[in-house]
Amino acid sequence: MSDAILAHPDGLLQQRIWQRHTTAQRLVRFAIWLVIALAIVQSLRTIEVIPEFLYDAPEQMGDMLQRMWPIDWPYYAVGVHAALVETMHIATLGTLLAIVLGIPFGLLVAGNLTRNKALNFIARVVLVSSRSVNSLVWALLFVAVFGPGAVAGTLAIAFRSIGFVGKLVGEAIEEMPRGPIEALQAAGASKASEIRYGYWPQLKPAFWSIVLLRWDINVRESAVLGIVGAGGIGMALDTSLNLFQWGRVAVVLIAIFAIVIVIEVVVTQVRRRVL
Amino acid sequence: MLSTTSAQRVSTAFRVDLWTRVLVLLLFVYVIYAASQIGFSWERFVSGLDNGARFLKRMFPPDLSKMDILWKGISESLQIAVLASVAGILISLPLGLMGARNLMPAWLSWTARTLIAICRSLHPVIMAILFVKAVGFGALAGTLALVVASIGFIGKLFADAIEEISEKQVEAIRATGAPFPNLVLFGVLPQVLSRFIGFSTYQLDSNLRNSTMVGIVGAGGIGGPLFSAFQRFDYSFVFTILVTIIMIIVVGELLANYVKKVFYV
Repeated sequence: MSDAILAHPDGLLQQRIWQRHTTAQRLVRFAIWLVIALAIVQSLRTIEVIPEFLYDAPEQMGDMLQRMWPIDWPYYAVGVHAALVETMHIATLGTLLAIVLGIPFGLLVAGNLTRNKALNFIARVVLVSSRSVNSLVWALLFVAVFGPGAVAGTLAIAFRSIGFVGKLVGEAIEEMPRGPIEALQAAGASKASEIRYGYWPQLKPAFWSIVLLRWDINVRESAVLGIVGAGGIGMALDTSLNLFQWGRVAVVLIAIFAIVIVIEVVVTQVRRRVL
Repeated sequence: MLSTTSAQRVSTAFRVDLWTRVLVLLLFVYVIYAASQIGFSWERFVSGLDNGARFLKRMFPPDLSKMDILWKGISESLQIAVLASVAGILISLPLGLMGARNLMPAWLSWTARTLIAICRSLHPVIMAILFVKAVGFGALAGTLALVVASIGFIGKLFADAIEEISEKQVEAIRATGAPFPNLVLFGVLPQVLSRFIGFSTYQLDSNLRNSTMVGIVGAGGIGGPLFSAFQRFDYSFVFTILVTIIMIIVVGELLANYVKKVFYV
């Protein structure tokens, strides 16, 4: 069909070939693909990989599993259980602290609630910087400030989550229908009761789902914070690794695996029942 | 009389029910218990603020003398992020397709989904530890760890996206007698491709963040110099590295948004 049109001697028909994208769009797409290809080629050419290590990998993996094999179950009661509980404390307290600290910024960043461009901008900067710093880096900073231990871990989790909670709460507020809020304004409600009776009931489902999602992520993240000395099960992992006690490493990994699955099941159930 | 009934109406509409009150109370008790358990105390907080002030003072001025170390680490992080994203995207495309329960037989979709769930279960840094043992220190371990993380994320979301597609277009293609590969190519992929690009750019962004971290356990990238600078108390260099990382992440996020906008049109 298109061949027939192309072959048609009449030039007018040729102009009616349909194209999905304009020339500019096609150029931009082509440029992006080109940049991606260049980045891949450049990375492949310059990355430092020792081929012998790669050939060796399956053997080394087998060796690692073999060393892990008599899994050191008794170690769970001695060194893992308390650390696991501490990890849960870090994740939960960190999430709660992030809610307390993050919601004010979420309220400030929402353009329809806070009608002040400067305040919006400041809140946005705070939220972006909180999100840009990885929780491990936050942990390093807080270990330097508060010393090693779970306090540093909790604050790291909290500071990383402020950006997440604040951003999502802000977006949820901006997407809200205005009706109930305008009704409250028309009745002469104060800002506080506007938030309490207008915004909060509409925000509630989104809020709980954000909190659950972040709690789930935080449990996973707090499991590694111990590697930099910020408490929790990561510390048990780090110690066992440094001492090459692979049987203990296996116990710790299984414990982390188990807690992640348990949390995921709990979150799914709560989401199904409550939301 | 009239005013009391209207007051009652307001209070019942927004009354906090008993369960919520009990839950809030329990949460409050838990916070106090857990805070005491992990050793959170006021004195520690105050002395920490002192430390913090000293810490910030030692960060300034940023150390600009070790730019070669910084550049080497950053470029290695970027390489890890790019390669891990590409490999992760390429692997999760077929794996996600296999995990879609509406297209594939049950045994295949459950195998694929279990594989994806295993990839998602451990944090990238823990994966990196295991890969450092398997393939030695360096960028390869970090790349492999992030490939696994990418499969876990994109694979799951892609499989879920395919399960949500409209059956009508698939049936239309099937009605023409198309073989299965064409069914996927013309019936399924056009419906999910824009979402796939969205997941991929998100994962590129996330890999960029994590590639700066896997170095802490020796898996290559800027994380190694960052961690050793921390251990040497070389806080002015730490500051330089952190600012560079944040700049790269912000630029990466802007680029990812731009790419998404170009391809969603």
